[in-house]
This record gives sequence, structure tokens and C-alpha cells, in this order.
Amino acid sequence: MTEVVPLKGHYVNKEPFDPGATEPAGNESESFYRASSWRLMWWKFRRHKVAVAAAAILLAFYLLIPFVEVIAPYNQTKRNGDFIYAPPQPVHLMHEGRFVGPFVYPYKFSFDLENFQRVYTTDTSKPEPIRFFCRGDYYEFWGLVTWNVHLFCPPQNGTLFLLGTDRLGRDMFSRIVYGARISLTIGIVGIAVSFTLGLLFGGLAGYLGGWVDHVIQRMIEILRSLPELPLWLALSAALPANWSPILVFFGITIILGLLDWPGLARAVRSKLLSLREEDFVRAAELMGASKGRIIARHLIPNFMSHLIASATLAIPSMILGETALSFLGLGLRPPVTSWGVLLNEAQNLAAVQLHPWLLFPIVPVVIVVLAFNFMGDGLRDAADPYH
Amino acid sequence: MILFLLRRFVTMLVTLLIISALVFLIIKLPPGDFLTNQIAELRAQGEADAAAKAEFLIKQYGLDKPVWQQYLVWLGAMPGQNGFSGLLQGDWGWSFEYDRPVTEVVGDSLWLTLVVNIAVVIFIHLISIPIAIYSATRQYSVGDYIATFIGYIGLATPSFLLALILLYYFNRWFGISIGGLFDARFAGQPWTWAKIQSLLAHLIVPTLVIGLAGTAAMIRRMRANLLDELGKQYYVTAKAKGLAPSRALLKYPFRMSLNPFIADIGNLLPHLVSGSVLVSLVLSLPTVGPILLSALKSQDQFLAGFILMFVAVLTVLGMLVSDLLLAWLDPRIRMGGGR
Repeated sequence: MTEVVPLKGHYVNKEPFDPGATEPAGNESESFYRASSWRLMWWKFRRHKVAVAAAAILLAFYLLIPFVEVIAPYNQTKRNGDFIYAPPQPVHLMHEGRFVGPFVYPYKFSFDLENFQRVYTTDTSKPEPIRFFCRGDYYEFWGLVTWNVHLFCPPQNGTLFLLGTDRLGRDMFSRIVYGARISLTIGIVGIAVSFTLGLLFGGLAGYLGGWVDHVIQRMIEILRSLPELPLWLALSAALPANWSPILVFFGITIILGLLDWPGLARAVRSKLLSLREEDFVRAAELMGASKGRIIARHLIPNFMSHLIASATLAIPSMILGETALSFLGLGLRPPVTSWGVLLNEAQNLAAVQLHPWLLFPIVPVVIVVLAFNFMGDGLRDAADPYH
Repeated sequence: MILFLLRRFVTMLVTLLIISALVFLIIKLPPGDFLTNQIAELRAQGEADAAAKAEFLIKQYGLDKPVWQQYLVWLGAMPGQNGFSGLLQGDWGWSFEYDRPVTEVVGDSLWLTLVVNIAVVIFIHLISIPIAIYSATRQYSVGDYIATFIGYIGLATPSFLLALILLYYFNRWFGISIGGLFDARFAGQPWTWAKIQSLLAHLIVPTLVIGLAGTAAMIRRMRANLLDELGKQYYVTAKAKGLAPSRALLKYPFRMSLNPFIADIGNLLPHLVSGSVLVSLVLSLPTVGPILLSALKSQDQFLAGFILMFVAVLTVLGMLVSDLLLAWLDPRIRMGGGR
């Protein structure tokens, strides 16, 4: 160890040099610099309270999908012929100042011969408690076993129409729960179609450039200048009438996805173009990484977060699109129950005036669409965690 | 500028040509067509004479030719039965369902569609610009939150249901009957001042319903643009030098934030036209929407094809106008002669 000889006129600190000493890295910033970008995104997303709440709501909705048969108190096709257009039965807890637990009051039915209307009056004399984990209508659970256990069922010999009944006496609440299965999956399947197409065409345009890029760009412009709904109408009118409901379902989702990809493709292309010029890509190239490795390890993870955010923002338009198509009678057809199919029955003014509960499916539609919008906004903000 | 106009115009023509091919392909997609279905039906009823007439019609419209030839005839680029007579020559085809020329079937509904869509565009601008300025200058105020909330609701509610509900309540509260675009007593009457008044009164609900989603999107974007501009130094300097707040706001940041706003009309228009088709169906407005739906359902191909084409021309023309406005507003685009 030799003594440090100070040069003339220069000050040199004799203390041993410790890079960490001058600016001690706190625990917090240390973990910030070491965190992966996905972790950073998660931290940033978590700060967006509304988006987190929206994500939780969506998660709850989607977790319910596999168990709709258990949650719905009735089967979706069960007709209660004595209770046609029955209004919703509110759930009460207290009867004559005494706590009884959740119960409903039974209906008394009479027919108003003057106005030709069904009149339902509530009989508040005897409360009928709702049963839980009970046996009711039989259903095929996941197409495997026949079962009849429900989360909650109507009282013994009573009725439980939380949201009223429709023109065939079918329980609206049960039908909305069943409808969730179709309405919620249609957005996901549709976005999968549009995501694949967008990634493929956007990737080709951004990666190959040249005339391919030019052709795809023009294609995107033309598709974006077409009004969606008339095209959806025309395409779904083209679905053969003899298709089974399941085939129609897939047909509709593909139609929805088919016209939606240009936005995503454009995002992919511009991201690819800008990322290609980044220093880290140059560095990877200089270190001898193959093209495939650069794309898979460096480019895709970088724009995937953006893509997921824009895809999330595109789902609501698909859900609304299905609702609109089914409402017009060109979308899904009755044995399949979706929120749009349910709204199709609320098409006339009589529904708004006499049976407003038929409009209830609009509530889950609005909730889900809003939740997707809020979550998408949060994701988009979080997608760029370094800003 | 002339070069820019020319280039924009040629692009539009090419776009329309491709759209026409797409439209024809789509209306040809379903198996069979109106006439074949009709012939089968007539044969089943044992009316050989009528079936013979329908077969004559098939010959007449060249429906036995290959699809690409049919397309060219429809377009007017290839001689059909009556020589060169197609969209390019102003012959819009024959509606099989109504057994009348398409021109007669669509008639008034064409320009009523135009009126509804223009009313909606004006409505969106009149409403969203002041609200956006208000919520950007008073960010996080109660008014801002209310505007944002209403905007989100407008974004999330299916327009057709909103139309249905408003239809009922407007009728109940204000006594306006809203089905259609004017009172029934004016049907088939010549245009008088009373009829125009009735038309304006009936336009309120459709405009509101179709415009709501667009307004919501516009407010959101405009607010974000304006907020970006308000944070910039030139605005701070202008205010520091004592320029009146409204003048400082309107003269610089507002004009800057208008740019992307006008460029966005192009994105907005397809959605508006979609919305107007859907809402027309619910409110039974005499626009092309209801005619399109029935034509699609009965495979009345020339009628459906013409309406789809009309709607596409409407959007493409609208986008051209928005591009021209943008070029007029922004010298960078005008001088660059393109993008």
C-alpha cells in the first residue's frame, strides 16, 4: 500500500473511496431500481384506486361464471305460469319489529278485468324466509353431473323473484345470471380474435416495412373509416339461419373481432417502429443476439403491456356490440341467453311503462363496461412505469 | 394546397372503390338471394307463371353471372342488360322487395339521415367544447367530477336503451311524441315552417342519444389536450404578463388543443353513423337505418348494398372535410402536402 502523494495544487481526499457512502441508497429506492418492469407496473397500477376496484369487480364477475347454475335460484328456462310479469320481490330482514333473517312476502295475484292487467299485491302478514344451500331445480353441472343444490332458493312452496319475471314467468335474476356467462365471454373471445389479427398484421407491417407496411396501412385506414354497426349487421345477417346457437355465438364473436383489429395493429406497428430504434435493441444486436431473440426477449415484453391495456379498453365495445346486435334480433338467438337477448324482450314502450324490471339487464352491462374502462385506464397509465 | 387537395381526393376515390367491393362481397355472402328464395317459394305454391317472371328478373339483372361480373355491372363499369348503367351512372339499382327502383324506396330518408348526423356533429361540438374548457381549467372541482361521471355513463350505456327510456319520459313530461322525425299529420305534406318546427322538436332526443357517447369521448380527449397545453410555459408567461385569463386561454392553448380535436372527427364519424342507424331503429326515425335492417333480413341486395355504400360515402366525405379543416388550421399539414 503506497501513500497517496497529493499533486501540487490539487486536493485529493485521503479517505478510501466508497461509492455507496455519498448517496446512501434507501431501502425503498434500492428496491425500485432492482424491480422488474412488471413489478413496477403492478406498483403503479395499485396506486390507481378506482382501477383496482374495477379490477376486483371484474374478477368477481368472472369468478362467478363457472358457477351460474348454483347461484341462480331457478333454471333459466323454468316457467312459473302463475307468475307472469310479476314485479320484483324485495328482500326484508325485519318483520313487525322483529329480526327474522332474509325473507320475502308472498304475492297475491288477481286480474284487473277493467284494464286487462295482472295485479300483484304483497301479503305482509306472513314472512317466508329464504332458504340457503338448498335443493331446487335440477341442472347439469358442467355437463358432467346432474345436481340440484343452489346457493339460495325460494321459500318452501313460495316464490323468490328478486328482479321480477318476464312474459313467460321466467325469473329475471336467474336469467341475468345465466346471461352473464355469454355476455362476459363474448368480449374475451372477440378480443382474442382481434388481438391475434392485430399482432399478426401490426407485427408484419412494423417488422417487414416496405410495401407490406404500405398495404396494411391502407387496409387499416379503410377499415377504420367504415361504420361498424351496419357492417356488423350485414355480416351477422350473412350467418346461415340453420346454424346451432353455439355456432352463431362463435360467428358473432369472430365478426366482432374481425372489424376491431385495426386499432391494435396500428398500436403494434408504431410501437415496433419506435422500439426498433431504441439503444437497448442496438446493444442486443451488437452483442450478437439473433432476430428471434430480440423480438421475443426485448421487443414483445416491452409493448405487451401497452397492448394489454388497449385490448382491455376494446372489450367494452364488443360487449356493447353484442348487446346491440342481439337487441336488433340479428345477434344471438333465444335458447342462448345473453344480456342483449334479454334486452331484446324489453324493446317496446310497454316494457318501460308497465314492466320496467325487464330493463334491469342494462345495469350489469353498464357496470361491466365501466369497470373495463376504468381498469383499462389504470393499465394504460401503469403500462409505462418509468414515467 | 392544390397538390394536397388533389392527393386527398384521389385517396378518397380509391378508398371508396375498395369499400364498394367489400360491400358487394358482404351482401353476396349469405347463400341464395331474394329472387332465388322467391322462386323457390313460388314454385312451392305452384305458381309457375310468377316463377317464370322471377326467372326473367334474374336474367334481367344478370344474377346468373359470376359474382365479379355482377359487381362490375352494379358499379357501372361493365355493360349490363341496359348498357352501362350502375352506381357510377347514378342508377342505384332495383329493390326486389318493394318492386320499385331503390331511388324511390330510400327517397327522403337519405337527406333526413344527413340532417340527423349533421345535427349530432353540431351538438357534440357545442356541448363538449365548453364543458371540456370548464373541467380543464377547474381540474378536480365538483363540476369536473360531474362532467367526467356523466361522460363515463354516456360511454357505458347502450344508446338504444337510453333512446327507449328518454322516448318514454320526454313523452310523459313534455308531451312530445317522439317516434319519427315529425308529427304524423305532416306526413306527405310539403315543407312548411310548421313542419320544420316539428322536425326540430323531434330531433332533440335522437341528437341527445346519438351524441352522448361521442360527447363523452370528445370531452375526455379535449380536456386532456387542454391540460397538457395549460401546463406549458408560454401560457404561464402570458398570464404573468397580465393577459386577461379568458383571452390568454382562448387565444393560445385553446387553439392548440383544437388540432387533435378536429383530426378526431374522422375517428368519431363512423361511430356516429353506427349510432344513428341503431337509434333510428328504436325511435323509428325515417332514416336509412330501418330500411337497411329489413333489406339485410330479406336479402334485398341492391337496396342493402346502396345503403351501405351511402353510409360509407357519408363517413369518407366527413373525414375528407375534417382533413381539409385540419389543413386549413395547421400550416404544417398544408405546406407538407400530406402527412
